[in-house]
Amino acid sequence: MMGAENKGHDHEEAHLYASKEEMESLVLDEHPLSSNSNGNSNFFSSYRSAMSSSLPDSHHPLSPSAASAITTDSDPLLSPPPYPELHGPSSHDNSYIKPPNYADFIFTPFDGEDNKGLESPSPSSANSPTSFSRSSSSNSEYIRITVSNPQKEQETTNSIVPGGNTYFTYLITTRTNIPEFGAAEFSVRRRFRDVVTLSDRLAESYRGFFIPPRPDKNVVESQVMQKQEFVEQRRVALEKYLRRLSEHPMIKKSDELKVFLQIQGKLPLPTSTDVASRMLDGAVKLPKQLLGDGTVAPHEVVQPAKGGRDLLRLFKELKQSMVNDWSGSRPPVVEEDKEFLEKKDKMHDLEQQLSSSSQQAESLVKAQQDMGETMGELGLAFIKLTKFENEEAVFNSQRARALDMKNFATAAVKASRFYRELNLHTVKHLDTLHGYLGLMLSVHSAFTDRSSALLTVQTLLTELASLQMRSEKLEAASSKVFGGDKTRIRKMEELKETMRVTEDAKSVAIREYERIKENNRTELERLDKERHTDFLSMLKGFVASQVGYAEKIANVWGRVAEETSGYVKESI
Amino acid sequence: MDHQQPPWSVSGSSQSPRSPSSQPYLHVSVIDPVKLGNGVQAYISYRVITKTNLPEYQGPEKIVIRRYSDFVWLHDRLFEKYKGIFIPPLPEKNAVEKFRFTAEFIEMRRLALDIFLNRVASHHELRQSEDLRTFLQVDEAVMERLRAHENGLFKKPVELMQIFKDVQSKVSNVVLGKEKPVEESNAEYEKLKHYIFELENHLAEAQKHSYRLVKRHRELGKSLSDFGKAMKLLGSCEGDSLGKAFSELGAKSEVVSVRLQKEAQQLLMNFEEPLKDYVLAVQSIKATIAERANAFRQHCELAETMKLKEINLDKLTLTRSDKMREAETEYNQLKQANEEAKRRYDDMVRLMNEEIVRFQEQKTLDMGVAFHNFANGQARLANNIADAWRSLLHKLESC
Repeated sequence: MMGAENKGHDHEEAHLYASKEEMESLVLDEHPLSSNSNGNSNFFSSYRSAMSSSLPDSHHPLSPSAASAITTDSDPLLSPPPYPELHGPSSHDNSYIKPPNYADFIFTPFDGEDNKGLESPSPSSANSPTSFSRSSSSNSEYIRITVSNPQKEQETTNSIVPGGNTYFTYLITTRTNIPEFGAAEFSVRRRFRDVVTLSDRLAESYRGFFIPPRPDKNVVESQVMQKQEFVEQRRVALEKYLRRLSEHPMIKKSDELKVFLQIQGKLPLPTSTDVASRMLDGAVKLPKQLLGDGTVAPHEVVQPAKGGRDLLRLFKELKQSMVNDWSGSRPPVVEEDKEFLEKKDKMHDLEQQLSSSSQQAESLVKAQQDMGETMGELGLAFIKLTKFENEEAVFNSQRARALDMKNFATAAVKASRFYRELNLHTVKHLDTLHGYLGLMLSVHSAFTDRSSALLTVQTLLTELASLQMRSEKLEAASSKVFGGDKTRIRKMEELKETMRVTEDAKSVAIREYERIKENNRTELERLDKERHTDFLSMLKGFVASQVGYAEKIANVWGRVAEETSGYVKESI
Repeated sequence: MDHQQPPWSVSGSSQSPRSPSSQPYLHVSVIDPVKLGNGVQAYISYRVITKTNLPEYQGPEKIVIRRYSDFVWLHDRLFEKYKGIFIPPLPEKNAVEKFRFTAEFIEMRRLALDIFLNRVASHHELRQSEDLRTFLQVDEAVMERLRAHENGLFKKPVELMQIFKDVQSKVSNVVLGKEKPVEESNAEYEKLKHYIFELENHLAEAQKHSYRLVKRHRELGKSLSDFGKAMKLLGSCEGDSLGKAFSELGAKSEVVSVRLQKEAQQLLMNFEEPLKDYVLAVQSIKATIAERANAFRQHCELAETMKLKEINLDKLTLTRSDKMREAETEYNQLKQANEEAKRRYDDMVRLMNEEIVRFQEQKTLDMGVAFHNFANGQARLANNIADAWRSLLHKLESC
């Protein structure tokens, strides 16, 4: 014990000169720790070796998430600190610190003493922020996606600028036991443009579903930010997105996703063309549509008019929506599902509350961060004062004071670290709020799918009605003229044909609408269930970490209070 | 007889409950702040109660009304008269206008004034001061006159200064080498000066951070409260047990928030204030150091001048000049002045040496108490927080 103390003392002395940056890796003379350090060193060395590998090798529940979560300027792992600090001072700017999962086992108390009611965290919290407890639920399916290794590549095909455009690709690695994939582990390289394509194709195929929103294009940021930072930010966002996709029960098995994750080389999905060329195409087709019968082919009604090239259809539906909104008459078919309407209102409320909770959560995180920071600065100021008093001490009273001061300062630094660690946990748990707020976008999209499908149905019904009227007029007219008017008869036949096609289209459109309604319904059910689980988990996690760290902090200060209790007795 | 002992300051032994009533005692307290006057001329007045059995005082108990500038008067008089002694610091004069009359500020100032007066009353030299007696006994009108008189005059000790000024004008720069400031060349004293100056910097920084820490407690309390409210609203979108869980979280957040605000106040009173007091005490020592430098310089220059006069006198004595008598008188005056200056300086050195020992011991005690209160407060806070959240956790577990 003596040996350990001496060694600790040397460390201390060295670290009295620590700068603020170095404070992070300050080795403090911690009595309770020195007896446990042997027991814990194994655990930390295995953690360290796990961290140093570029990809996690196993899905052992306690293994840390992608090494990509660690971006350190100074390597705090060199000197084994009791509380490895993964974020340098610059991390204060990020409000979204992706917490490494080691934080889960930091939770288990170091001292034998504070074992009061700390629960060991659920091992499945390794995955993505929005689904802690769900991934280890009843099904044994497993899929894990990692995005890493951004590389700069040259645009080889026709570019206007000589010397070519550069872009970044990301290595996307998947590990899964889902049989449909046909393999356990595979990687591809994709660029952001591919992700946009994937997202668009999914939106078309999965109308009515709550599809996780893809990361933004961030055109401005990509110009303004430092390349490294931007690429890293994008990598993180892509990983989050792909993970969320892989958690959606329908989408995880989709062809689009499979193809995206597995097919090497060029992504074999039809690309989304830009709006301009779509409009251009549409303009080309318009005359033909106007001169021709202008019917909507049945298969086309499966997609909304807005996305397509059928300008005529676009105009018709636009007109229909105007009629719906402004005319006094009721459209031929309306959204009647009361339950749905109620649900829609509820979603709206939820979104509002999520937004404000999300904001307050961020403020809370900042306040905790600041508390930790200032506590640390206070401790550091007293460490400097201690050193000063020791150097210039003339009286014994000064030396006595310096000792107490040092204990005080040490405790403050420890408490500061605890606050910061607590914050990592808090961020992780409250991130659920952010996640669900993002999901609201998907809900909007899904509801929009429903309303555009309804609009298509309404338009077709209106169309049919007017065709019907024309047909009746023609019949009435022809009955007045004696004998067959060849042109009129032909016209009537054409009209009948148009009506048949439109009737088919109407059936398809109604079927599509019903399908989307059903998707909405099941998704809402799923959302409610998952949200219930996730929120409960979030609350428990948040509160548990508050308890755990409050206990640790209480311990630290309790000791100092005891050590200095002599002063209070003296002064009375 | 229950004197409100301020939580973190330790005065001398002026009120040991065990002392029999035949022992001399002097108890003072500053209480009952009252706002008087209107608008810009508004100020706070305090009641100062003195309980004593000392014969120099007008009776066993006396109550007078005093304001801040009266305390300043007392402080300045003590500083003038008791050179070498570290006069206890007064709370800072200036306050941000907005806060000058908040209940918090008024109470903190009252406390600080009480501490100041008690320190004076328990200092073995200062307690004997006539100015202290005046302060504790005269009525308001007299006090006001004294205060006005003092502020109007340029403070200086009378005759010695006059002689010194005359001397100064007769002495040439070259002779005295005035380019070079006259300073003590005492290694130990140099060390002390360096220590005091550096100490002020360190303490000021510590105090700055502790003030910020108080703010952080308040901020954390506020954001937790806001968070709790938002979560409660979020819970209302959910049904049954989950909604209830959110609601409980909101309620607990509020409880913890209130606790944090309380601790912020404690931290301010029990830690930040003592640190500030420490800084002010160090500044008071710096003032004494400056005074000592003055005393030393005076003494040196008088000694120099005296030597010159002596040489001159000898010269005149030899020539049996008429001017001899005049020169002799002058010389004797100077000799007296010089002796007095030397005595003053020696007293200062002696006193300072005693004071610094006392100061260090006192500060060790004060800081020890401050550290204890801080640690105790933080430990209690953390325990309360842990308890509050833990009870919620049990409820959540069953959800």
